[in-house]
Amino acid sequence: MSFTRQTLAILEKDLLIEARSRETVTSMVFFAGLVLLILGFALGPDPEAIRRAAPGLLWIAVVFTAVLGLSRAYDAERENRGMEGLFQYPGTRTAIFAGKLIVLLLLLLFVEGVLFVMGGVLYNLGLAAVAFPLAGVAFLATVGLAGIGTLYGALTLNLRAREVLLPLLVFPLVVPVVLGAVSATRLLLFGDPFGELGAWVRLLAAYDIVFTVAPLLAFESVIAD
Amino acid sequence: MSRIFTPKSLGVAAGLTWGVALWVGLAVAPTDHIMGQVQRIMYIHVPAAWSGFLAFFLVFVASIAYLIRRDARLDHLAHAAAEVGVVFMSLAIVLGAVWGKPTWGVWWTWDPRLTSAAVLLAIYLGYLAMRAFTDEPERRARLCAAVGIIGFLDVPLVYLSVLWWRTLHQAPSSPETIARPMLMALWLGVFAFTLMLAFFTTVRYQTAHWEAELELLEVSHV
Repeated sequence: MSFTRQTLAILEKDLLIEARSRETVTSMVFFAGLVLLILGFALGPDPEAIRRAAPGLLWIAVVFTAVLGLSRAYDAERENRGMEGLFQYPGTRTAIFAGKLIVLLLLLLFVEGVLFVMGGVLYNLGLAAVAFPLAGVAFLATVGLAGIGTLYGALTLNLRAREVLLPLLVFPLVVPVVLGAVSATRLLLFGDPFGELGAWVRLLAAYDIVFTVAPLLAFESVIAD
Repeated sequence: MSRIFTPKSLGVAAGLTWGVALWVGLAVAPTDHIMGQVQRIMYIHVPAAWSGFLAFFLVFVASIAYLIRRDARLDHLAHAAAEVGVVFMSLAIVLGAVWGKPTWGVWWTWDPRLTSAAVLLAIYLGYLAMRAFTDEPERRARLCAAVGIIGFLDVPLVYLSVLWWRTLHQAPSSPETIARPMLMALWLGVFAFTLMLAFFTTVRYQTAHWEAELELLEVSHV
């Protein structure tokens, strides 16, 4: 079986589980909505203050939700030693990583879609006007999040206190993604007089390359149980 | 190598150099015109930040080497360097805050280097937490090697993103803007801290080695 077929097999398996249970998507969407609501409360009823802070608020919600989602992404593999089962199949571990990464990417993109619509309405943002470039920025940011998330989800798979450890490890690592995504979103929403958007897009792209290639290389030799 | 670089000889060398560095920094170097005595914090602050960063680089190198050679000693080295790095980087950040309060008027500012240092510290605190939560030695070494490598790869991206995000930092002191004895105190401090890094890491490495042996004994007795 080729690498692509192996990756697609993992993808199909996980999407099928998700399509039947809808556990992860539902909990992520609810969680994201609640975070948006609470952040709205925190900044008070002043609509202008919320609007100004909105790029940051949206991406806080995304990152928190992503950590929730990635601890769920490996749950199927935790029960009955599923990961060891996966390793028994003829195929590379790299394909497992690639498949898991795409699953997480799709999940996150879906949740972000819902979250941005909710945020646009709640915070009165007019996101529709910049929907396409915003989608591009969100895609670049999410690839990086998914790359880091997939590796760290696998690293902490069988550890004690994994729910505590995951955010502890992931949050500092994704600082460049948060800064890049928040800055790019702010520039898209409120104008970009100095043409800074390109630099942030390149930073996000560089992050994506580093943190999909490095985990891909590391996965084979690091993940063994 | 082990003959000359024993913990004892390293400790003596570090202590002596540190004594000279303190003397030059406190007594020989002139008082800064603008900032006054508080500027002397620089002679510890900068070396601490430097050696903290060097320690994290050591974690990175030892982690890569571990994944290639699978030698437990390399894992002990990474562990030792990470702990010492966290101590030095914390020291650098705290001293930066103490220096910042009278100079900038605030304990904390979102200066790129300060912010990057804080993110870096958080990454390696996470690394140590990961170590603490993994029991089985071989698995801990393997998983933490990945965390040590990925964490260091993040450093340039963190720095660049924070720099673009907030570009009000002051330029670092360059040789042209600084008096000669000040520069000497700074370099002596860097040298002394590098020796201290070597000393602490060697001692911690030895302890990690004993801990590993103890773990083995405990396993064989159960």
